[in-house]
Amino acid sequence: MKRTSLVFLVVFVLLAILHQDFWNWDNASLVFGFMPTGLAYHALYSLLAAAFWGIVLKVAWPQELEDWAEGGESK
Amino acid sequence: MATIWVIVIYLGALLAFALGSKLFFRGTSNDYFVASRSIGPFMLLMSVFGTTMTAFALVGSTGKAFERGIGTYGLMASSSGLIHAACFFLIGVRIWSIGKRHGFVTQIQFFRARYDSNGIGYLLFPIFVLLVIPYLLIGVIGAGKTLQPATAGAFPNLFAHDNPILNGGVPPWLSGLVICGVVLSYIFAGGSRAAAWANTFQTIVFMVMGVVAFILIYNVLSQAGNPSNVAARVNEKGQVVQEYKYDKESRKLTKAETPKVVGRLKDPKEAEKWAGKQPHLTRGEVTIIHKAKKDGKLVDKEREVGVPWLMFLTYMFIPLSVGMFPHLFQHWLTARSAKAFKLTLVAHPLCIMVVWVPCVLIGIWATGLLPWGMPPAAILSNVLKTLIGNPVLTGMLTAGILAAIMSSLDSQFLCLGTIFTNDVVLHNSKKKHSDKQILLMARGFIVAIVAITYILAMLLQNQNVFDLAVWCFSGFAALTPLILAALYWRRSTKEGAIASIVATTVVWFYFFAKSGFGGEYFILGGVMPVAVCWFAGAIAMVAVSLATKPPSKETVDKFFP
Repeated sequence: MKRTSLVFLVVFVLLAILHQDFWNWDNASLVFGFMPTGLAYHALYSLLAAAFWGIVLKVAWPQELEDWAEGGESK
Repeated sequence: MATIWVIVIYLGALLAFALGSKLFFRGTSNDYFVASRSIGPFMLLMSVFGTTMTAFALVGSTGKAFERGIGTYGLMASSSGLIHAACFFLIGVRIWSIGKRHGFVTQIQFFRARYDSNGIGYLLFPIFVLLVIPYLLIGVIGAGKTLQPATAGAFPNLFAHDNPILNGGVPPWLSGLVICGVVLSYIFAGGSRAAAWANTFQTIVFMVMGVVAFILIYNVLSQAGNPSNVAARVNEKGQVVQEYKYDKESRKLTKAETPKVVGRLKDPKEAEKWAGKQPHLTRGEVTIIHKAKKDGKLVDKEREVGVPWLMFLTYMFIPLSVGMFPHLFQHWLTARSAKAFKLTLVAHPLCIMVVWVPCVLIGIWATGLLPWGMPPAAILSNVLKTLIGNPVLTGMLTAGILAAIMSSLDSQFLCLGTIFTNDVVLHNSKKKHSDKQILLMARGFIVAIVAITYILAMLLQNQNVFDLAVWCFSGFAALTPLILAALYWRRSTKEGAIASIVATTVVWFYFFAKSGFGGEYFILGGVMPVAVCWFAGAIAMVAVSLATKPPSKETVDKFFP
C-alpha cells in the first residue's frame, strides 16, 4: 500500500472513531442559541468529512485507473 | 385549493423539464439505460444526491427525530457523509472504469463477468428486486402521508375523513397513483437521461424549499426565545409536557398557563435525573409512555427517546448500502468521465448536512407542538401545515418533499427495468431484439413492479418509513463484502461470492422476520442486524474463496489494471 493511502486510511479510521462522541451524549447545551451541542458537533463532522475527501481527491486521485478505463474499448 | 394548484403546477413543470430531455434522447437502449455515458459532474451530483435523499431523508428523518431526538442525525447523516463518499471513491470510480472498459450497463453484468458465472446473476436478481421494493414503498407511503395533511380542507365533500387533520385532503390511494404516474411518464419517455434531468430539477427544488421551510419555521418558533425551548420537557413529577401552544389564527406562539401533559417516564425513579430537561436534545436514553390511537381507542404506547451507544456504533454499517444500490450503480455508469465523481465526493456530505440538520431540528421542535400519537411520517407535513399559514408556501414546501421522494423513485423504477431486461430477458435470449423491443420489455416490467409496490403501499400505510428504509439499506449494506472482494481481492472465487450472497440473505431474512417484517430491531442491547449480516457475508466470502479453486488469471486480469 502506498504511503499516502496508508495515511488516509489512518485518518479515515480516526474520523470513524471521532464519530462516536460519547463525551457529548448527555450534553443538552445549545450552540448558536438554538442548536443542541450533539447535533452541532455532527454538523461540523459533516464539514470535516467533506474537507477530508477534498484532500484525498487532490492528493490521491487514481489517475492510473482512469487511464486504464480510457485505454479499453469504449462502449 | 391554492396548495393543490401549486403542487399541480410543480408536477407539470417537472414533467415538462424531464420530457424536455427527450430532445436529446438518441433512441438507443444504451442511451435509455445509461444516457450514453454522457452525464457531467453537476448533474451526476444532483442525480446521486437526489437518488440517495428519499422520503427517508425528509419525512423519515423528521419523524425519527420526533421519536428519538437529535441522535437521528449522527445515526445516519454524519456517518453517511464519511462512508457514502468512501463508497463513491472506492467502488463508484472503479465501477465506472470497469464499465467504460467492458461496456457494462448493470451490476449483475459486472458480477457475471467478474466471477465467470451465469448463476450469480439469477441469484442476485430476485434479491435486488425484493430489497428495492421496500425502498419504493417508503416513497409511495411517504407521498401519501405528506399530501393528505398538506391538502386537508381542499375537498371536504369528496374526501371526508373523521380525523380533522386529514379531512378533505387528497387520500393516499390517489396521491400514490399520481406520483407513480408522473414518474413513469418521464422514465418511459427518456430513461436514464430523463431521470438525471428530473433529479437535477428536483434536488434543487427540495434543497431550496427545505432551507426556506426551515427559516420560516425557525422564525415562528423563535417567539419562544429560541425554537429549542419549544421541544417537550420533563417536569419534576416525571411527566412529559408541552409548554407552548400555537394559535393558527393569530400566528402567535405563547407559553401555556398549564403545560399540556403528553406522556410520563416509564420509570418514575428517573424523574429526578430528567426533571427540567428536554430528552430530544440529547442522546441519553429514556422510555416514555404516551397515548396513541389504536382502532379508535386511546392506548398507552412506549417510546424510546435517545440512542443506545451500541446502536449508534453499528448504525455505521448502514451507509455502506450505497456501495450496492443497483440504481446508484446505474448512475455511476452514466458518468462522462471518472473526474465527474469529484464534485459528488466533496459536495455530498455538505448536501446531506443542508437537508438533514433542518429536518432533525424540525422533528425535535415538533415534540412540543404536535400530538405524540401522530404517525412519524406525517410530522413534517403537519408542522408545515400548522406553522406556515400561507397555502401557496405550504404547496411549494410540500412540492419540495415530493421532489425528494420522486427523485429516488425514478432511479429505482429505471434500474429495475434495466436489470430485468438486460440480466434476465436478453441474457437468456438467443434472438436478437431491436431497441424498440428492449425498451418495451423494460417498461413492461417496471409497470408490474410499480403495481405491486402500489398495492403493498396501500396495505402498509402506517409502516414507519425510517425503519422500513433501514431494512432495505441493511440488505444492500450487508452485500458490500461481495463488491469489495470483486474489486480488490483477486483471490475471491465464484463459490465464495455465492456463499457470501446466500449467508447475507439468510441472516438478513432471519432478523427481518424477527422484527415483525419491517419494525425497528436490534440485538444484544443495541447491535444493528446489519453488522451481523455484514460479517456473515464477509466470513463466507473469505472462507469459501480460500477453500475453492482460484479464478483464472485471464478472467481476473480483465478487472484489475
